[in-house]
Amino acid sequence: MKMELMQPFINSLDAVIAETMGCSAEIADVTMEEGNYKRTGIAALVGISGEIEGRVILDMEMAAAQQATADIAGAEGSLSEETARETVCELTNMVIGNAVTQLNNYGFKFRVHPPEIYALDAGLQGAADTEAVVLRFETPKGAVYLNIAVRYKQRRSGDRPGMIALCP
Amino acid sequence: MEFKPLTCEDKPKVRFLVVDDSVFARKNLCKMVQAFGGEIAGEAGDGIAAIAEYANTLPDIVLMDITMPKMEGIEAVEHIVRDHPEARIVMVSSVGYQDNILSALQKGARHFVQKPVKPEALYEIIRYVLNDTVAQTPATAGEVQS
Repeated sequence: MKMELMQPFINSLDAVIAETMGCSAEIADVTMEEGNYKRTGIAALVGISGEIEGRVILDMEMAAAQQATADIAGAEGSLSEETARETVCELTNMVIGNAVTQLNNYGFKFRVHPPEIYALDAGLQGAADTEAVVLRFETPKGAVYLNIAVRYKQRRSGDRPGMIALCP
Repeated sequence: MEFKPLTCEDKPKVRFLVVDDSVFARKNLCKMVQAFGGEIAGEAGDGIAAIAEYANTLPDIVLMDITMPKMEGIEAVEHIVRDHPEARIVMVSSVGYQDNILSALQKGARHFVQKPVKPEALYEIIRYVLNDTVAQTPATAGEVQS
């Protein structure tokens, strides 16, 4: 996967975590995955279709999701898993939305689908023939995983030099 | 942060319709609206429900998400403004690319706020929109932006 496709998502996660949870997010680990992705906590997936296609998953440890809910909504006391799911969905929406805004400003046209929450333990199916990069971010409030499986759909003429499509 | 209560003409409270498919996002926006001294006239989780809810409640301001199931926010804006040219709609979305913003403004939205929403930024934009008494038609909104 090309770094220029990943970087907007990394930047966006960092900015959204800082803005909503008031803390920093440091990349602690990067791995490649070709099979199914097994969530670690509460995960939400957003599909992307168009000149860039694929899907991105935001996966938060339960403690991090609950802390995010408390930070964003100002909720106190014991928070339900359903509320934490809603938070992860909305954070995913913000992270992907901000990232695709950057990609769109490079000239790519695509559509972002509403986030879907996943509670499967057996693993999430990645996009066919698209390798996924899994980034683990450490925050003071728990780990956050970003699983990115996106690619250029087709070679475009007139792309910016730094955004050359390499897809077959 | 303390906000001076919003005012609209001679009404005691500014009434809001909050449209977002995320319950969490709606709750969060409702909380901000209440901090601004506003009142929640209604909520909707998609564009179709938003059109019906607008007609039922006739709010002073609509906060409208873009990416939603059934009908997206920009299409809902087009329907609402066609029936209610005076509608004041502020788009609130994480997807802030230029095509989207321009399209929403051309359909009659008055402003755009990107998520994550900063309460002070939203407050200033709502104040601006409430004081902007010149009703924009979709055509004039397009002229302004092009």
